[in-house]
Amino acid sequence: MSARPYNFAYLDEQTKRMIRRAILKAIAVPGYQVPFASREMPMPYGWGTGGVQVTAAIIGPDDVLKVIDQGADDTTNAVSIRAFFAKTADVATTTDTTEATIIQTRHRVPETPLTGDQILVYQVPIPEPLRFLEPRESETRTMHALAEYGVMHVKLYEDIARHGHIATTYAYPARVAGRYIMDPSPIPKFDNPKLDDCPALQLFGAGREKRIYAIPPFTRVVSLDFEDYPFERTKFDAVCEFCGATDSFLDEVVTDDKGGRMFVCSDTDYCEKRRAANKKDAAE
Amino acid sequence: MYVAVKGGERAIANAHALLANKRRGDRSVVEIETRQIEEQLSLAVDRVMSEASLYDREIAALAIKQARGDLIEAIFLARAYRTTLPRFGFAEPLDTKAMALARRVSATFKDLPGGQVLGPTFDYTHRLIDFALGEACDPPPPATAPADAAPAAPRVVDIIAGDDLIERNPQGEYDAPIADVTRDPTEFPASRDARLQTLARGDEGFLLGLGYSTQRGYGRNHPFVGEIRFGEIEVEMVVPELGLAVPLGVIAVTECQMVNQFKGGDGEPARFTRGYGLVFGQSERKAMSMALVDRALRADELAEEKIGPAQDEEFVLSHCDNVQATGFVEHLKLPHYVDFQAELALLRELRREAGAPPPDAEAAE
Repeated sequence: MSARPYNFAYLDEQTKRMIRRAILKAIAVPGYQVPFASREMPMPYGWGTGGVQVTAAIIGPDDVLKVIDQGADDTTNAVSIRAFFAKTADVATTTDTTEATIIQTRHRVPETPLTGDQILVYQVPIPEPLRFLEPRESETRTMHALAEYGVMHVKLYEDIARHGHIATTYAYPARVAGRYIMDPSPIPKFDNPKLDDCPALQLFGAGREKRIYAIPPFTRVVSLDFEDYPFERTKFDAVCEFCGATDSFLDEVVTDDKGGRMFVCSDTDYCEKRRAANKKDAAE
Repeated sequence: MYVAVKGGERAIANAHALLANKRRGDRSVVEIETRQIEEQLSLAVDRVMSEASLYDREIAALAIKQARGDLIEAIFLARAYRTTLPRFGFAEPLDTKAMALARRVSATFKDLPGGQVLGPTFDYTHRLIDFALGEACDPPPPATAPADAAPAAPRVVDIIAGDDLIERNPQGEYDAPIADVTRDPTEFPASRDARLQTLARGDEGFLLGLGYSTQRGYGRNHPFVGEIRFGEIEVEMVVPELGLAVPLGVIAVTECQMVNQFKGGDGEPARFTRGYGLVFGQSERKAMSMALVDRALRADELAEEKIGPAQDEEFVLSHCDNVQATGFVEHLKLPHYVDFQAELALLRELRREAGAPPPDAEAAE
């Protein structure tokens, strides 16, 4: 038994064509979850098998790939997926958001605005925004078909009644192109506004759940809210300890066991660029 | 500077090296050979083949070695290998009547054509640790019957069906498309072929628990083991270019036919109903569990009240796959600090608004 050589970007061409057909359908019907014949991948379900399959189906030899997890290029799973494509597709990889043509992400949208030459691929655990309100797929598909989204608004209303706030802070539901409600994957709601009118194509892959959905470029994406309780982006009282950013999503780092905390940018590329710029300014 | 998240690349490489070293264990102990796993841990190999949907003893044994004996991990390895293999067609239906039987028992008839064949089974062993196995052993060769003595052993359910006492299997259309749950996303309600495939590769423990729950009243279906048979059977495939069925090889399977609670009324004479289980290799526990759950999942079709989880198709089929389940459960150990941070921020805001004292004030008290 010798190790057999795998196809470019691991998946065979037939599988890639099948995934591309699902992607095209997803783009044609923004926010609609297209079932696809998800394959078993050589990494576990929950580790980004949907995102990896989408990336494998769209990547070409000239692409430049960036992979982030929690906004960072150097988290172990991001490193592992980047290495997977460097090995199986021999593509150039980068940590620079502006250099990348494909960015695969888990849980974040980069702070640096994306362009029309880029594709953002999200890893999605549970694609169905209604899943925790209705566990049955046969039911939720009907609800989507009829645009019967009342339960979602009731859920948000109950949050307000109980907490005085909509208590959803990530995987915050949004309506795409005025029709389907989608789960933007567990990105913090801080990132939701970036989905709206984005020049880049956004693809969402859920491997275990076998669904692909998409937001085409320049599509209206509206986070659900009420007139008297409008959607609010998470605000931080702190600034990034490293680069001083006031406009980025911050990770809280525990520095000791006496309540010591510091806040740093979750987007490592954004933070490093700002630090380099700060240094240059200081030198001038 | 706090940089615990840095250095992921080196950490991964080091972890892999450590794992390889742990896998090998104490170098003064002889390394296990995959042939030994194939021969001496053959039931583990059977389980991996079944739940990976890949009949390849060599790959399964290698996967067990690579996974350090973690069978779900081994199943995962074998599946990830299987998914890269081309699928060039469907085999002809297996004719389990023609199986070369190593074991065949019926709980419904004391004796029957072909007889009860006990075969290799743990069933009547006393579960006493056999300390002699701690040393090398060379058991005496088992007794054998004359090669030409194997009488025909018709399937028990066919015998019952001869008296019209059990429901007929629906006649399949020869050219009807066959589901492949490894190539198409499951839709609900699922077709019976998709359901049986999903159960056949479902987790043995999960199906065992569900099957057990039907016996304890959560969707009871009054099962009798019509027959369990284990043995070898030839797989054939029709090659269109040749226009005839070509043998591909011999595989070992365990088949369980449950005879269940009868149905009748509205002019239909009463008949027993069926539940079906089939797995690679020898695993009666899995085949029986599968048959119980298959029967439970026919609740809608047979207009039965659904009161147990084993009767809920979406629940069972969506959660019986151990590779999917272990992936999603274990992914919780991946970093989630972005989402957690968003929750922290909200929680602090809620507490501030509710007038909770800031942590500093509490610490000062």
